[in-house]
Amino acid sequence: MSERKIDDETGVETTGHSWDGIEELNNPLPRWWLWTLYACIVWAIAYTIAYPAWPMISGATKGMLGYSTRAEVAADIVAHEAKNEALVAELIAADLTALPPSSDLHRYAVARGGSVFRAQCSQCHGSGAAGAVGYPNLLDNDWLWGGDIENISATIRHGVRNDTDLDARYSEMPAYGDLFVEKEIEAVVEYVVSLSSTEFDAGLVQAGSELFLDNCAACHGDEGLGDQFLGAPNLVDAIWLYGGDRDTLTETVTNARFGVMPAWGQRLSDVDVRAVSVYVHALGGGE
Amino acid sequence: MGILEKHAVLEKSPTLLFAFSLVVVTIGGIVEIAPLFWLENTIEEVEGVRPYTPLELTGRDIYVREGCYVCHSQMIRPMRDEVERYGHYSLAAESMYDHPFQWGSKRTGPDLARVGQRYSDAWHVDHLIDPQSVVPESIMPKYGFLANREIEGEHIEALLSTHRFVGVPYTDEMIEQASADFMVQTDPFGDWDGLVERYPGAAVSNFDGQPELTEMDALIAYLQVLGTMVDFSTFTPDASR
Repeated sequence: MSERKIDDETGVETTGHSWDGIEELNNPLPRWWLWTLYACIVWAIAYTIAYPAWPMISGATKGMLGYSTRAEVAADIVAHEAKNEALVAELIAADLTALPPSSDLHRYAVARGGSVFRAQCSQCHGSGAAGAVGYPNLLDNDWLWGGDIENISATIRHGVRNDTDLDARYSEMPAYGDLFVEKEIEAVVEYVVSLSSTEFDAGLVQAGSELFLDNCAACHGDEGLGDQFLGAPNLVDAIWLYGGDRDTLTETVTNARFGVMPAWGQRLSDVDVRAVSVYVHALGGGE
Repeated sequence: MGILEKHAVLEKSPTLLFAFSLVVVTIGGIVEIAPLFWLENTIEEVEGVRPYTPLELTGRDIYVREGCYVCHSQMIRPMRDEVERYGHYSLAAESMYDHPFQWGSKRTGPDLARVGQRYSDAWHVDHLIDPQSVVPESIMPKYGFLANREIEGEHIEALLSTHRFVGVPYTDEMIEQASADFMVQTDPFGDWDGLVERYPGAAVSNFDGQPELTEMDALIAYLQVLGTMVDFSTFTPDASR
């Protein structure tokens, strides 16, 4: 160490550096700062004793408080469920078909179902449940697989055309592109247009009507009213899942559609499936 | 204050300061990182986690290339609200074959750790082509171009070998069959028994709905497997970890 240099004016030691004759005082750190540092060190040691921290041979120290994130989240969920325990038990036991819309239980189911819907269902059916092209609108009174609460519940629980649930709703329209020639598809499309519109080509409709009765009526019905048991859409109500213009209908008849919905019974708890069923049923279109 | 005097020696010599800084950082590294390799709770054994199929692995590369991780995390934290929204909290073992992992740190979009099988393949196609067509409030960009980019998996063996090099247990058979497995995963009418045997639970589907094998097929194959490998109806994680 070189000799200490003391500044004449202040009597404080300098760092020994000199820039153009200017020297830097080597003042000690402020007392408050030092004490804060020491307090932090003590706090850190206490913290590692209280909480899991130090790595040992087979695992880290558990900490005096026995804290565990997993245990905490489990306890959190249990505590939350305990608050609604009575309502949940009631909802699981309830006959949903006989749930009066003004009851507390119904209100609870709608509130719970609504939050499940927004987290799980809104991505396809829309946050307002109005659907999108290919994803059914749940607000209207047009149902592919039935709109009473039991049918809604079954559709949610088992899904549609998925391969994970054997009880999933299943139907498959043939792709008529393989079966019809272009002229026939055109005729059938014109007939389907005529079912819900006043502007159509009467000559084509005549030919289309025969093809419809021979090929389509088995599922969609002689009058095109559809069949909820088969999941065959009603074709006369001007409500379209994929679109009712001639181009879209041609695409539908040629290649068929195969909309899939996951089996929510495999992802959601029983009470959540029930709650979201009540919610969807209460949206306005429920039968 | 003898020790403070000694400290002045360090402060005034760059070489010494560097050397001792290195010592301190090394101690920190050893204490913080090294135990992860032997502590049991960081290597929890979980049934069901398997290496990605060649197509899923390719989809994962596309996920990384397109920077999906910038807006989507893949890490459900152990908190009640996250568990209720996304499903069971993520386990370290679920990303054991991810090199690098895609946990992310920013959620502009939702977490994707358990997005697998949550939506249909057709939904993913609609959503990637035009996210706003199904989720009007979304600000996600469009990725429709993926459906026009055909892929053949020309470097797929090398990709699997590289992952094996960093520790993913791909067998010789898997690497040998990589090209065939890559092609057959989008062909439900093909001979995919071998694929499913090598990669249990792999979904075979024409993911993007068009005859060509495209980047969209690969990406959807990857998205549809996320978070689906562990069966939480039979596996209960140790609560004390």
